[in-house]
Amino acid sequence: MLEVDGIDVFYGDAQVLWDVGFEVRPGELFVLVGANGAGKSTALKAISSLIRPARGRIQFEGEALHALEPHQVVERGVVHVPEGRRLFPEMTVEENLLLGAMTRRAKAKRRSSLEWVYELFPRLQARRRQPAGTLSGGEQQMAAVGRGLMGQPRLLMVDEPSLGLAPILVGEIFSIVRRVHEEGVTTLMIEQNVQQSLAVCDRACVLENGRIVLHGSGQQLLHNDQVRAAYLGL
Amino acid sequence: MNVLQRILPPRLRPIALFAILSLLPAAVRSPYFLHLMILVLLWVAIGAGWNILAGYAGQVSFGAAAFFGAGAYASGLLAVKAGMSPWWGLAVGPAVAVLLAFPFGALTFPLRGAYFALATLALGEIMRHVATIWESLTEGMVGILILRTFASESPYYYMALALAAASVGCVEWIVRSRLGFYLVSIREDQDAAASIGIPTTRYKMIALSLHALLTGMAGALYMCYMGYIDPKVAFSLHDISIMAILVTIVGGVGTAYGPVLGAFVMVFLQEAFRTGGFGALDAVNKALEWRVLDWAIPYIKQAHVLAFGVLVVIVILAMPNGLLGGWARHKGRKRQAAVCSE
Ligand SMILES: Nc1ncnc2c1ncn2[C@@H]1O[C@H](COP(=O)(O)OP(=O)(O)OP(=O)(O)O)[C@@H](O)[C@H]1O
Ligand SMILES: [Mg+2]
Repeated sequence: MLEVDGIDVFYGDAQVLWDVGFEVRPGELFVLVGANGAGKSTALKAISSLIRPARGRIQFEGEALHALEPHQVVERGVVHVPEGRRLFPEMTVEENLLLGAMTRRAKAKRRSSLEWVYELFPRLQARRRQPAGTLSGGEQQMAAVGRGLMGQPRLLMVDEPSLGLAPILVGEIFSIVRRVHEEGVTTLMIEQNVQQSLAVCDRACVLENGRIVLHGSGQQLLHNDQVRAAYLGL
Repeated sequence: MNVLQRILPPRLRPIALFAILSLLPAAVRSPYFLHLMILVLLWVAIGAGWNILAGYAGQVSFGAAAFFGAGAYASGLLAVKAGMSPWWGLAVGPAVAVLLAFPFGALTFPLRGAYFALATLALGEIMRHVATIWESLTEGMVGILILRTFASESPYYYMALALAAASVGCVEWIVRSRLGFYLVSIREDQDAAASIGIPTTRYKMIALSLHALLTGMAGALYMCYMGYIDPKVAFSLHDISIMAILVTIVGGVGTAYGPVLGAFVMVFLQEAFRTGGFGALDAVNKALEWRVLDWAIPYIKQAHVLAFGVLVVIVILAMPNGLLGGWARHKGRKRQAAVCSE
């Protein structure tokens, strides 16, 4: 469904990604793990055309994404929930959600999407008229994922949903991502929380210093000695 | 407050304001007062345009003078060089300003925050220098002088009123439409806006074009009304670009009626200083045998820029959302309806 093939990405002169490639298959929950600064967010930004790779190809259902503008990528159904939630703090929760339905396809289904999101996140419905900036961290993450879902994604990309959350909420967020995925949304998640994210995913790959060093099923990686030593401290 | 609510519900207030302003020339015959009101109305339009770009879309412009001057010169040059009526400037002026805005936006929208603001500052200054140096076209510092079409102020007053009302109406419409939400989303978080699929460059360009259009039209009308411009007047950094910012900040950034209030306050404040309290200072001085104010009055009369600075500091500290309050006031069902409507 999504093929990232040998991309090199630079910020100015500084190269951040080297020959990064992976594939997300239809219907799966794919996780990209790695330490701080490995280049995970950069890889997502390249997929959504927020930055352009210097080399390599990114294809979604056979179409080259790297030639498109960010809003055109969203029109293809590739929706990015950015790192750190990035809600519009002065708008209400519901306004934030509705703004997630930007494309024609998403606009047409706006009402039913909103119901779906409120069903997934009842806490958002209770706070729908509240400015998004006043939500708790966990609620903001729900709103951010909800805003992504409003775009009727065919591929949902979530950047570190566990960022800054208490351990108990991390579990909750992962089960939400899992539930969204079970509703049939192909999902690409970025995580630092290696143990828990590998446990919920179908397949994963490990990014280290801008290079893919491992890939395989979640279970394979959980039992991989290298992963256990480097990320799980075992 | 409650009494006011009952006599004049908020929905009717703009209409009441417009009605009062329409009747003003009939009620007040003083040309001097009408002159000040024309300036107020021009500033309403310029402030509204600045508000769209900076207040809603979050792209601060120090370049209103570039578009004001472009509109004014377009109108003046049509009259002087092409022998046409300067009134054509009302169409050509804003068009020239928007044509200037397009390449400028394309070049500078990758810049963020202060860097974009600096680029707009540079644009205004570049335009001023070009207008000064390109004497074969602009007559340089000599300036452009045309004859006013009407001797009385009131036709100009009504045109300025129409422009101001259209500008405020435009902002009102934007606030209620999807466009307003897209602009605010860019202001609040441009990257997030891009990542949910808002074509941010397109909407920033729309906001810049409206800034250029309204400011350019005000410039063209200014030319027709005042009959004289030179590069220092038309491309003035502090009297146009900074004033556009002050009008909006004092009245209320991101509110439809903030620039209206701001324009009144700023124009009358400026005039009060220039004339020494509309002559009151001189009268007091004359009444007092001991001419204590003799030396102070010339300084006071030139102190409006200082007073503006103090006023802005006070407003920002005490009322960060300006005299009329901020975007927060537009909360409620009306806004909800806007996002939901097509
Ligand atoms: N806009 C930028 N300009 C320059 N360098 C950047 C920029 N954004 C990120 N970098 C650098 O690129 C590298 C990878 O950053 P990236 O944000 O992709 O890491 P990450 O894997 O998402 O890390 P984290 O888990 O901390 O979010 C880092 O060294 C970072 O300093
Ligand atoms: Mg990151």
